[in-house]
Amino acid sequence: MWYPHIKSEIMNDSIKNNPLENEAIYILREVSAQFENPVLLFSGGKDSITLVHLAQKAFYPAKIPFPLLHIDTGHNFPETIAFRDKLVEEMGLTLFVHYVQDDIDSGAVQEEKGRYASRNRLQTETLLRAISDHGFDACIGGARRDEEKARAKERIFSVRNEFGEWNEKNQRPEVFDMLNGCIDFGQNVRVFPISNWTELDVWHYIRQDNIEIPSLYFAHKRKIFERDHLIWTAQDEFVYREEDEIVTEKIVRFRTIGDMSCTAAVESLAFTIDDVIQEISESTLSERGARIDDKRSESAMEERKQQGYF
Amino acid sequence: MSTAGSVDDGKSTLIGRILYDTHSLTEDKIKAIEKTSRTRGYDYFDFSLATDGLSAEREQGITIDVAHIYFSTPKRSYIIADTPGHIEYTRNMITGASNADISIILIDARNGVVEQTRRHFFISNLLQIPQVIVAVNKMDLIDYDQGVYQKIIDDFELLRQNGKNKNQKIHYIPISALHGENITGKSEKMPYYQGYPLLDYLENTDREDTLDERPARFQVQTVIRPGTEAFHDFRAYAGKLKSGNLSVGDQILVLPSKKESTIKEIRFFDQCYQRADAGSSISLRLKDDLQISRGDLIIKKEESIKESKSINAVLCWMDENTLKTASVYLLQFGVKRIKTKVKKIDYRLNINEQGSKQPAVELKMNDLGSVELQFAQYLYYDSYRENRANGAFILIDPNTNSTAAVGFIEE
Repeated sequence: MWYPHIKSEIMNDSIKNNPLENEAIYILREVSAQFENPVLLFSGGKDSITLVHLAQKAFYPAKIPFPLLHIDTGHNFPETIAFRDKLVEEMGLTLFVHYVQDDIDSGAVQEEKGRYASRNRLQTETLLRAISDHGFDACIGGARRDEEKARAKERIFSVRNEFGEWNEKNQRPEVFDMLNGCIDFGQNVRVFPISNWTELDVWHYIRQDNIEIPSLYFAHKRKIFERDHLIWTAQDEFVYREEDEIVTEKIVRFRTIGDMSCTAAVESLAFTIDDVIQEISESTLSERGARIDDKRSESAMEERKQQGYF
Repeated sequence: MSTAGSVDDGKSTLIGRILYDTHSLTEDKIKAIEKTSRTRGYDYFDFSLATDGLSAEREQGITIDVAHIYFSTPKRSYIIADTPGHIEYTRNMITGASNADISIILIDARNGVVEQTRRHFFISNLLQIPQVIVAVNKMDLIDYDQGVYQKIIDDFELLRQNGKNKNQKIHYIPISALHGENITGKSEKMPYYQGYPLLDYLENTDREDTLDERPARFQVQTVIRPGTEAFHDFRAYAGKLKSGNLSVGDQILVLPSKKESTIKEIRFFDQCYQRADAGSSISLRLKDDLQISRGDLIIKKEESIKESKSINAVLCWMDENTLKTASVYLLQFGVKRIKTKVKKIDYRLNINEQGSKQPAVELKMNDLGSVELQFAQYLYYDSYRENRANGAFILIDPNTNSTAAVGFIEE
């Protein structure tokens, strides 16, 4: 269990200002003040873990005033699920899990088949259903503007219609630090407190604050197969593999964590966080380069946002 | 940094070149640019492709809205807020520039100071961006002629004399983004330019005119009340210190209640601090038990602030719906929202002519104008000139929820 405590006796001098951290905390506090029923979208990846950590800082010593929501595709790395459950328990958080499998079973969505099959696109349906079921009016997520072209123009408060749809022509200007979260009933706002953080900023923060993250991010031995110059987890239940794609074992790590079926690993000897930061600084592949869900078309992410995906 | 300019000025090429030279373009991005350059039939590496975003604009070959571009060097991290330069995007330029430390104004050396230049400079003045870099681009197309470059500086200096913000730091650099002249290394083609190349300048310049020297302004966002057994009576006021600094023991005044107290604790997460500086997201505990709510302002007792039920402000109108007198809006000042009525539209400002005044009865999208606003309760504020962090607001249209305008409070 989580026991907050006050260190009143310890008096530090001046606060060391981290502008990115200050901004994220400011945004999280605005969400709690402006919305009736916010939720934090938790994927188990380093960005959403960082968000939970920031939320803890924003409201301490009170509890984080909103629950977590995980859209479980069923294709998660088991390590991610274990980590999620441990975090929730340790911090005394409320977690809602909604399963894509339920929507597949009910016929609401159709499973993809074949080589590049993944449940990534299906998440949108489940997410919208969860939002509607719980009546969430604001969804906090860990998306950053440096991640991908279509996110470069995203707002911090991104207004969506009741279908979660994003219209690029209708986004509100965000001047100075003033956030306008006024919405009508049925509308929804996606909030991105770490919009201005780069991948390296997140890693530096994880190192600075000793934030625990899933071991997948660090080098480890894994049974894999190769396809299209990328390395995939050999897990036949979720990841489609042809007979001639041979399983071997390599030392790899994951730079981004999505589903097993759409996240490729990279060969790596980065066992520690310093190694990881070093490797990323020298890296030649951008973070989302190893996600095939973005590669499908030049506007893949934008299309998915217009449909209400994160 | 904010950048504004049209497709033709080479602004996107400049940004792409900066990303390339700081090794901020990853290999798959470079490959993608090479591929698209070839597909489009170019025989060169089109740096401008590094920044294009949405599909609509990709099709048209122009940039829309505000794009945020991130890069860093071992020394510093940078964010570029990039916007189009046309007059129809005035509201985007103002949005993009609102948090800028530096404004980069791009001039095509062949054309010199044009209407767009005047407009960009006017905006940087209005927003009081601390530093302006005037990058005279495409020097290659005029044979790196010093005479032409000097004339452009002279013309720009004339603009500066007529500008309102004499303290603004302005730096001129002659460059060629396409050929990489004066971007990283010193250019041999322009020996008359004695200053740093652009990237070196950015690496070495100090952030000017920060908000540390202003009076302390702390606005409450939320009250932290754990209510648990361990923290039965704990109450802290969470918010951002917008300007100035606060220390434990400071005598403070709460507005609008005008109650006084002393700062007992300054907290950030689970630690206590002696002092907080401008920009910190903190929480405060006071010696006295006061009624304080979201939107309240905490200031130092000995520092003054303006108080009024009506103000004059310069607005940039951002909405499709036109502004007319007697309209009612919600004014959002930091996090505080109050109802406001537009008492009078005094005049429109012509930003192509350094803000010359024109009579007006309404303001349309992208118009700048001076208005008189009235409220039912007191507003506690500084003029924008005195304190950028406590002198601006937005207007929200209560019917559409849109952010209809940004306003800068006048003296």
